Amino acid sequence: MSAVTDNQYSSWRRMLSPTGNTGDAVYRVVMLLVALLMVAIVIAMVWALATESMQSIRQFGFSFLRGHTWDPIRGEFGALPFVYGTVASSLIALLISVPFSLGIAIFLVEQAPHYLARPIGFLVELLAAIPSVVYGLWGIFVLAPFLREYVQPPLARVLGWTPLFRGQITGFGLLTGGIILAIMVTPIISAVVRDVLSAVPSSQREAALALGATKWEMIRVVLVNGAPGIAGAVILGLGRALGETMAVTMLIGNRPEISASLFDPSYTIASAIANEFTEATGDLYLSALVELGLILFLVTFIVNGIARLLVWNVTRKTGGVGRAA
Amino acid sequence: MTSLTALCTLLAVSALLIILFYIAWQGIDSISIRFLTDTPRPVGEGGGIGNAILGSLVLLLVSSAIGLPLGICVGVYLAEVGTGRFAGAVRFIVDTLTGIPSIVTGVFVYTILVIPMRHFSALAGGVALALIMIPIVARTTEEMLKLVPHSLREGALALGAPQWRVTLGVVLPAAAPGIATGAMLAIARVSGETAPLLFTAFGSRFFSTSLNEPIASLTVQIYNYAISPYDEWHAQAWAATLVLMTLVLGINIIVRFLTRKRF
Repeated sequence: MSAVTDNQYSSWRRMLSPTGNTGDAVYRVVMLLVALLMVAIVIAMVWALATESMQSIRQFGFSFLRGHTWDPIRGEFGALPFVYGTVASSLIALLISVPFSLGIAIFLVEQAPHYLARPIGFLVELLAAIPSVVYGLWGIFVLAPFLREYVQPPLARVLGWTPLFRGQITGFGLLTGGIILAIMVTPIISAVVRDVLSAVPSSQREAALALGATKWEMIRVVLVNGAPGIAGAVILGLGRALGETMAVTMLIGNRPEISASLFDPSYTIASAIANEFTEATGDLYLSALVELGLILFLVTFIVNGIARLLVWNVTRKTGGVGRAA
Repeated sequence: MTSLTALCTLLAVSALLIILFYIAWQGIDSISIRFLTDTPRPVGEGGGIGNAILGSLVLLLVSSAIGLPLGICVGVYLAEVGTGRFAGAVRFIVDTLTGIPSIVTGVFVYTILVIPMRHFSALAGGVALALIMIPIVARTTEEMLKLVPHSLREGALALGAPQWRVTLGVVLPAAAPGIATGAMLAIARVSGETAPLLFTAFGSRFFSTSLNEPIASLTVQIYNYAISPYDEWHAQAWAATLVLMTLVLGINIIVRFLTRKRF
């Protein structure tokens, strides 16, 4: 009897540890449990957010995403203004930061001398170390007044005939939120693009130069080579911009309205959660806010997943290190 | 064209310098011993951020105690144990977790801790920050372990050491400085987090070290003062920001200094 259990035990042990060492079996089991915990956290997130928002999902269904009105008092919850504000502010941010990030990455990888590239690269990366709430504080007292005095009036004068640059000039609104987001995602995008460009094999550069390409034509070859990775970097930046909370909350004006003008106040999903969560009275209100969180989770999970796959493909194929966070 | 890319870089660097100098210039006036040790008071009576500094430290301790060991274990799994599809899936999940908005982490912790406990608490805040730490620590640990030469592992195994002793006794010590810097960066990152604390740790106007009660933090204090209508509180927000930035940038610069040779 005991021989059988002994046998079963040792076969278990061999499965867990090829070396047949008990310590190794324990080690492998513990490590496997920790890895499973990661998977469990993601599943628990979806499950907890979904259960908590069930009331709102049942009541509104898909009209939650189509509804224009967000009126907690009458119990009417439509998330469209938040979705609009989130997408619009993120797109403004990308529109500004992508050319900048490409410029920075090209400068640091292809043009700057080595002794300059490292310290400057570090300074650009430090922009990512500044906390969101600090960007918000700086935005309230420096960026918003600056835009109100020196940027928005000329924009309104020159481009006021388009619906984009009309309305009251307050310094707070979609444009300001987008600009602060642009400053915040630039270090992230440029860091990943730097990794991607460094991963492009130098034989490509040498081949282009040997064929008589100028330096700029050579850089174009490098950019084309790294295109999927650059796309991944941009999508990674998008994922960051979509979920950024504090700075945007402090600058975007926080009014759940859809307006064509970039000067008007807007509202993002993350800001709505930050502002209203502790004030939510009633189960339905809280449930609607958690549903906003669920939407944000799913969207950023998918966006980040796509970005990771794109960046991995480039940096792995060419044997790059891929140290971008 | 070279001047154009240089201009992009110059603008980014000047944005950093403008922000940093503005914080130093606005913040330095309100800094005093009293400000650093007092609790918040109503407008006109001064007050300080002593409890917020203590609260931030408590939150960092709780989150490090949970997040660092777990993160390092996940990193060890990814670098030393895991193979095949499952390990790939775990790596993908860990990578994607770093991109989850911190406010969503806050909502998640609210549903699993604050609702069952029926009140905000330092514990909930610490768990939220730990969840943000784990994927960051895991990935840096994995990268650092991969830098350890295979010959070290093979040498130890050839001497008859079991795998767990190779990891604990040889690989981890060899990678320890790198793992430590990764941990410091993760701490710097979460010490600036505000969104996940808004409805987990919540905030408090008193000194507190209890994990079971709401607790103040520098970032939430900065946020509350920044959006208030009072000039005095605005000045305090800048001063608190100066304290926070000294911590965050200090860690970043120390880490950079320590890892200078390796990158």
